Amino acid sequence: MPTTRRAFLRRGLEAGGVLVVGATLGDWPLPAIAQTIPNADRFLGKPLAPDQVDSFLAIHADGTVTLFAGKVDLGTGGRIALRQMAAEELDIPPERIVMIEGDTALTPDQGRTAGSYGIARGGLQIRQAAATARQTLLGLAAPRLGRPVEDLEVADGAVRVKGGGASVTYGELVGGRALGVAVDGKAPLKDPQRFRFIGKSLPRPDVPAKVTGRHGFVHDVKRPGMLHARVIHPPAVGATLRAVDASSIAAIPGARVVRIESLVAVVAEDEWAAVRAARRLKTEWTGGTPLPDHATLFDAMKTSQVVREQVVAKKGDLAALTAPGAGVRTLAATYRWPVQTHGSMGPSCGVADVGPDRATVWSSTQGPHQYQAVFARILGLPKERVRLVYMDGAGTYGQAGAEDAACEAVLLSRALGRPVRVQWTREDEHGWDPKGPPQLLELRAAVDGRGEVAAWETRAWLPVATANLPGVPLLAPDAAKIAQPQGRSTGLIHQNVDPPYAFPNVHALVHWIADAPLRTSAIRAPGKIANTFAVESFVDEIAALARVDPLEFRLRHLTNLRGVEVLRAVASRMGWQPRPSPRSVDPAAAVLTGRGLAYVHYKHDETIVAMGMEVEVEQASGRIRATRVVCAQDCGLVINPDNVRSQVEGNILQTLSRALHEDVVFDRQRVTTVDWASYPILTFPEAPALEIELIQRLGEPPLGAGEAASAPVPAALANAVFDATGVRLRNVPFRPDRVKAALSAGRG
Amino acid sequence: MANFTLRVNGRSQTVDVDPATPLLYVLRNDLDLTGTRFGCGLAQCGACTVHVNGRAVRSCVTSARSVQGQEVTTIEGLGSPERPDPVQAAFIAEQAAQCGYCTVGLVMTARAFLAQNPRPSEPQVRQALAGNLCRCGSHARVIRAVMSAASAMAGGR
Repeated sequence: MPTTRRAFLRRGLEAGGVLVVGATLGDWPLPAIAQTIPNADRFLGKPLAPDQVDSFLAIHADGTVTLFAGKVDLGTGGRIALRQMAAEELDIPPERIVMIEGDTALTPDQGRTAGSYGIARGGLQIRQAAATARQTLLGLAAPRLGRPVEDLEVADGAVRVKGGGASVTYGELVGGRALGVAVDGKAPLKDPQRFRFIGKSLPRPDVPAKVTGRHGFVHDVKRPGMLHARVIHPPAVGATLRAVDASSIAAIPGARVVRIESLVAVVAEDEWAAVRAARRLKTEWTGGTPLPDHATLFDAMKTSQVVREQVVAKKGDLAALTAPGAGVRTLAATYRWPVQTHGSMGPSCGVADVGPDRATVWSSTQGPHQYQAVFARILGLPKERVRLVYMDGAGTYGQAGAEDAACEAVLLSRALGRPVRVQWTREDEHGWDPKGPPQLLELRAAVDGRGEVAAWETRAWLPVATANLPGVPLLAPDAAKIAQPQGRSTGLIHQNVDPPYAFPNVHALVHWIADAPLRTSAIRAPGKIANTFAVESFVDEIAALARVDPLEFRLRHLTNLRGVEVLRAVASRMGWQPRPSPRSVDPAAAVLTGRGLAYVHYKHDETIVAMGMEVEVEQASGRIRATRVVCAQDCGLVINPDNVRSQVEGNILQTLSRALHEDVVFDRQRVTTVDWASYPILTFPEAPALEIELIQRLGEPPLGAGEAASAPVPAALANAVFDATGVRLRNVPFRPDRVKAALSAGRG
Repeated sequence: MANFTLRVNGRSQTVDVDPATPLLYVLRNDLDLTGTRFGCGLAQCGACTVHVNGRAVRSCVTSARSVQGQEVTTIEGLGSPERPDPVQAAFIAEQAAQCGYCTVGLVMTARAFLAQNPRPSEPQVRQALAGNLCRCGSHARVIRAVMSAASAMAGGR
């Protein structure tokens, strides 16, 4: 692959020295060229423990540096931001850093790239390792320069005597050798006043290759002798394969059937032959696990068995609700968030090369180390014998089908003794990737005569996650009858069920229910989108009841000054005129316009976001158009502003899509919304104008940008629709038919 | 299987494939032009867009046989990281890609559109991209990039 990324990396690697290797290559899994980064395998045997500087960094004789990151770039910009953080502490230009990501044989385990922690946790680990390396370099330079460490400083890849004078380059000091020091949590970080790279909008190194079609994705991996596979998923969830008629594909040259219990696939050297065989193969299935009725899903959730209650917030009492005094008004509302899919643009793909005693897997998983362990267990191999190499995929936003496709490739490769590439179809991806779970929230409040919230109650019905699950239970082991830990994975979907405001009496309770339809996994900003939708819609309902301007109402009850700052920033940019919602509505107007506001303090201790939205609602069709979204975000230290802006844009547009359009529909057997026609997403004509303001806090830690700005989107949208129409939308998605019905009922 | 001669990125290429094979697989597997992406196989998302005689087509539903003797251009034929086409250059300048999977299809669609409509309005650009899907939410940057490419190209080179 003649990519700029490769060329860029090659320069650094070929110029660099060889790190001390601690083991013979024979002990390492498949030291053949597994990495797209040239010569990467020369590092096999390097330290991997996350407490060692050498696990993260190698300094070469020519002054270039290789950065080994357990966190991976999902299109999210870690590829530049992590370089900026390391470059800052080492004081070398980021372009002198080569980065290897998510290769279990080469990079330390930094945990999944998830939860908006890529920079906030992974980046800080790397920064601390680089700061430790700088201290070590200063120490090594002292005898060479004949001066105490206090007299020395680093500058542009060298240690020099402060104020000018003698210097020695990093390459001269350690080129090619390990540093052999532990990461020092107390190694001083660079003073933000002296930042050269952090805070700059440096361009991402992978964009030119992505735009010119040269960037390598997992879908592009080719191995000698590789077979293309298509897995035939059952017609019903949990069905058992009764029979396969191999003769049904006999006419397709080179195609053959592979069956392991109910895991059935067709393979061929020619991909098109595999596609045709998959379409033509006759299979018979029996049984299955009936799915609940989609139409009554939320009723079923409410009457579902509660396995555990969790008090998320408990302050004061609910007397004002249970026995409201004179002049106290109460209100109650139910909010429903449907099952949604990740909707990865590229159907999942995985490539595996499994031998008798070792395996290499190429996957776009967000958890390379996590699934290295999962696949090792499935194969019955020691973890060290399984090498998982991260390759870019289409965005997955949690966990889509990548791990399933990779696991299918693992089992098929083992059975065939050849490398296997499994490519899912669009129908596979929409039908079989694990889904975002549904959420049901009931809110109640008592509002006194002065418009103050005398009591607030949240009750949420949420599918319970299984504790200590090593990963999402995968399709292939179940089909192949290979034991795996069973249970449900959801992400932390209970956060932000309680309001971020200083109300005196607040109870927030989660009823963890036993079940949910379909397999689930984390989907971007797990749970927080639905919870913030409910909480921030309900705040708006209370403000409307009290006839108070929605901005004024929030500011009155917000004690977090950083929260006040983002809200004021949005209001100022929007030219917010104080008045209660809704505006006076002209029932005869063809198009109604309105504005809405929402706020989140993500997980109550991370990024802070305020969002304003302007909408048009077409009365005849019920069609909503978001015309303008204004967002102010405080995510602490911003490493790369343009990249954070890009993440905020993505959060807004993806969540707008989820709020306006998305609902996974299923019959009693399987998902029926299995393409982009039945599961539509936001299109280019629908994209609103975006205005984003970032608050840079150089002296604060970074708090994460990958998720938070998605949380306030649906409430800002629903609040704007209410402002425009006087009608409250509480059921996602806000599709035209549903909006039209709500408008008719609201006017009734 | 049959031998076909295709004109791809200005070069004649002979491949031995089933005539019904979608162009997408021929490009990716037989000609090693992996920049063109499989997104749905249903002509719903645009990730596989290439040019046939300058017109944007979905290579996932276009058979190899049907493009014999026509000029096929893929993303690789448009430009390179070192010498990007004006649309590619504008995408790079706007950093108009996140995961980058749908990006090539957007570039190909935009390039063919601008050839026909050199001075489009923003609503026309949005409409031209209506058949391309993006999940990461790069829409605003993509629209800006196409508008800026249009200006750059109209400005004369």
